[in-house]
Amino acid sequence: MELSSEVNMMGTELGNYKLCVSARSTDKEILKKAQDGGIVTQLFAYALEEGIIDGAIVSGPGDEPWRPRPFVATSVEELMKSRGTRYNISPNVSFIKEATRSYGLDRIGIVGTPCQMQAVRKGQLYPAGLRDVPDKIALAIGIFCMENFPYQSIKQLVEDHAAMKLESVKKMEIGKGKFWVYGERGQVVQLPLKVTHKYEQPGCHVCLDYVANLADVSTGSVGSPDGWSTVFVRTKKGDDIWTKAIAAGCFETKSIEQVKPGLELVSKLANEKITKNQKTVEERAKFGVNKALRNPYLSPK
Amino acid sequence: MADKIKVGHVHMSGCTGCLVSLADNYGGLLTILDRYADLVYGLTLADVRHIPKMDVALVEGSVCIQDKISVDEIKETREKAAVVVAVGGCACYGNITRFSRGGQPNQPQHESFLPVGDLIKVDVYIPGCAPTPQLIRNVCVMAYLLLKGNKDQQELAKKYLTPLMQLAERGTEACGCDLMYDVINQGLCMGCGSCAAACPVRAITHEYGKPNVNREMCIKCGACYAQCPRSFFNFDVITGFEGILETIDGALK
Ligand SMILES: Cc1cc2nc3c(=O)[nH]c(=O)nc-3n(C[C@H](O)[C@H](O)[C@H](O)COP(=O)(O)OP(=O)(O)OC[C@H]3O[C@@H](n4cnc5c(N)ncnc54)[C@H](O)[C@@H]3O)c2cc1C
Ligand code: SF4
Ligand code: SF4
Ligand code: SF4
Repeated sequence: MELSSEVNMMGTELGNYKLCVSARSTDKEILKKAQDGGIVTQLFAYALEEGIIDGAIVSGPGDEPWRPRPFVATSVEELMKSRGTRYNISPNVSFIKEATRSYGLDRIGIVGTPCQMQAVRKGQLYPAGLRDVPDKIALAIGIFCMENFPYQSIKQLVEDHAAMKLESVKKMEIGKGKFWVYGERGQVVQLPLKVTHKYEQPGCHVCLDYVANLADVSTGSVGSPDGWSTVFVRTKKGDDIWTKAIAAGCFETKSIEQVKPGLELVSKLANEKITKNQKTVEERAKFGVNKALRNPYLSPK
Repeated sequence: MADKIKVGHVHMSGCTGCLVSLADNYGGLLTILDRYADLVYGLTLADVRHIPKMDVALVEGSVCIQDKISVDEIKETREKAAVVVAVGGCACYGNITRFSRGGQPNQPQHESFLPVGDLIKVDVYIPGCAPTPQLIRNVCVMAYLLLKGNKDQQELAKKYLTPLMQLAERGTEACGCDLMYDVINQGLCMGCGSCAAACPVRAITHEYGKPNVNREMCIKCGACYAQCPRSFFNFDVITGFEGILETIDGALK
């Protein structure tokens, strides 16, 4: 029995990766409503058409404006409905078993935040309640994530702080140190992150991953010019699919060394996030008087 | 491979679903029995009457304390086995047998069922109802590496098994409520949805991203908490997922 040498390696702040590029989809239709370079939708669309995946767990519009709802997309048409970022919790992993049952997928695609990629990998190594799922994960795409919000926080930020109606918002974005809200009629409101911080989901404050280190392919806007995405290709599966997608002409790419602000900014933000949250984890150990809050990285006790 | 480990399946009060899950590894099970493990005890699979000495005992089911044979057998299991693994919700947490009030034919007086850990020390937990073939498989491969592997393999196996040993130390009670007490109340939930996916009875839904447990439906199997990335998340193991999954795959080819 051979043991891979990768087993004992702790990830650095950017995780293990085989390749990092700046990229964007060559499909104008995808780009129309994509959050950044349309990497997620394009890669799933390619994998779906090539039969590499039978469907993908994505997050689309839910019952209220800007409230996400995870669903299983089995066609490009359905995938198109999931384009764009909804900055509040979408429990994508909740569909991972159901996708293999009522949807009958043998090769699952799934997109998610870094914590959701952690959930997928834990699910493969320790599948307590995920019978027959571990061997069916065909493509896990991670999206960078600094923090997430409860729906009610987003509602308050948009309606109380930005003074806009949720249903008249076209796009939201966190970038360049601000929370941006774009209205349907062209108005733009920016909130300093100082305002948004207190609305964050508490569980994010112990999160030690910024760029989805455990995904097959991970992507985000940071590091690349507007409309482009930074892409890390991490695993053998990811590498295989990415290489084929490039050969099929799905993406335009630029070397990450040639774009501004480049990898340096990604590293900086990743380090900032991890350092800050590591400190929170440590402070939790002495939160009360000789009483600690739980540390999931040490034990389930 | 001559150097196999001795494994037994000890059947307490369970529905045999755990054993079926083990068998559902199909070819993988045959490879395990062929190369890594001798099945030295098992009611349905091996014709042996008394619990022999063994390296690993896979215990299925809870223990009926009104049934003297069961109580004697579980104690004997502890004496004879180097490692005791509680396989499945009933052995770990009581699971549906928690709801027993006795009165069933043909032993109506059999009314009290305890998780194995209430009577003997248990080393490793495999929660879930039914426990998954893949987790049973992973634990079997890791148990083999721990006992017979080289130094690196032993190191990996130890790290892999640690959280499952910690779950055993954590206690014999489980409920969907654990998600409230030990995840949300602790400020740790990030809304991934793993708990809902893991629940065998669909007792968990997500309301605005957070789990909501229908406590009447919960059968107390422990799958949701074990699956939650915020119950335990051991970076030193899970970061190496690609290599480990290849190792396990390779071991069973
Ligand atoms: C909460 C959150 C925080 C983020 N923070 C950062 C950041 O700090 N820096 C950075 O560079 N990028 C961040 N991103 C990622 C970024 O906003 C884009 O999602 C990413 O670049 C993908 O864009 P795309 O054009 O390739 O994807 P598209 O083709 O537009 O597809 C977007 C995909 O994201 C999925 N999605 C949308 N909302 C959610 C959600 N709430 N949860 C899970 N999946 C969802 C959809 O299912 C869809 O498949 C964040 C994303 C989220 C959801
Ligand atoms: S900050 Fe971390 S825990 Fe919060 S949503 Fe993003 S990846 Fe998940
Ligand atoms: S699995 Fe854990 S972190 Fe994920 S939604 Fe459930 S309780 Fe929250
Ligand atoms: S909520 Fe579901 S998964 Fe959790 S213990 Fe109850 S039955 Fe098991």
